[in-house]
Amino acid sequence: MTPEEASRPLWQDEFSVHSADERYVTRRQFTKFLVLTSLAMFVGQVWILVKSWFARQPEALPHQVVARKGEIEVGEVKLFTYPTAQDHCIMVRTAPDVYVAYSQKCTHLSCAVYYSKESNRLLCPCHNGFFSVDDGSVLAGPPPRSLPKVLIAVRGDELVATGIREA
Amino acid sequence: MYGYGFYIDPSRCIGCRSCIQACEECETHRGKSMINFDFLDRSQSINTVAMVCMHCDEPTCAEVCPADAIKKGEDGVVHSSLKPRCIACNNCVLACPFGIPKMMLDEQQMMKCDMCYDRTSIGKRPMCATVCPSQALAYIPPEEAAKRPMRPTRVFGFGNQIITTKVAMMIPGQFDSVSIDVADYLWEGNERHDS
Repeated sequence: MTPEEASRPLWQDEFSVHSADERYVTRRQFTKFLVLTSLAMFVGQVWILVKSWFARQPEALPHQVVARKGEIEVGEVKLFTYPTAQDHCIMVRTAPDVYVAYSQKCTHLSCAVYYSKESNRLLCPCHNGFFSVDDGSVLAGPPPRSLPKVLIAVRGDELVATGIREA
Repeated sequence: MYGYGFYIDPSRCIGCRSCIQACEECETHRGKSMINFDFLDRSQSINTVAMVCMHCDEPTCAEVCPADAIKKGEDGVVHSSLKPRCIACNNCVLACPFGIPKMMLDEQQMMKCDMCYDRTSIGKRPMCATVCPSQALAYIPPEEAAKRPMRPTRVFGFGNQIITTKVAMMIPGQFDSVSIDVADYLWEGNERHDS
């Protein structure tokens, strides 16, 4: 840097009248850009990590009676909402003593899944997604994750939803 | 036309305004002349002068621009304001000591002589210099300019501000530079200009 350049006020460097200076990026500027963007990326990653860690904490859901024993036959279904009126769920009686329930919202594009008795699978008709009726896992089709499972407890004669286990 | 220079010689100007017509022909600013054409001292003489941008080494217009819109290229040509940046504030118009920037109110943008950048950048002469019949505006090699009786200067003094330019002005041989005291040219109330 010549003495003449050093004595120039800062604004003349920052807002140079020469178009070449405007396009010119010094090594220091470039390094600064790299470091700061990496830092921003890192902070973003940490933020996502912290957020997902808090999201994983199980939240206490209300217990809700959804059906009675023997209300549905083996191979039949009952639709209910849990935990709120907007969360539609499907319950299947797969064996005389086995009741399973899942969120009815397909993990692909949120179509309603239904139970196919012939194939003994949960089926999403929108894009032919198939879920296992035993654990809600994806058997075929585009869904990326298993269906969230509604935990069912048997209390005497009542079937009680006690929580939801995300896939 | 590498090495060619632009020379303005007011003593040769015959006031034909061909340069204005030629400038208006340009496709980039059709119908609008970028020449600052003026009478030197209308009450005393019929002398005229056609001024094009002097393309200062440190362009005052660009230095006063608050929007950073006026840029000087690597070849020393000071360009019209950048359309996305210009805020039509008129600072450059007021600041330029040669009166070159023109505010285009319809476009809300300052435009100025850029030495016909579309032509000079591909080796053609500027429009005004090609049509000037007396070559008061001349785009010629320095050797040719040296043959003229006047001598070229690129140094101008406006009070304490010294401006060096890319375009040369032809002045009488006994002077090195053009230097005026701005205060002499300020109009002060009822004073009459007899001199």
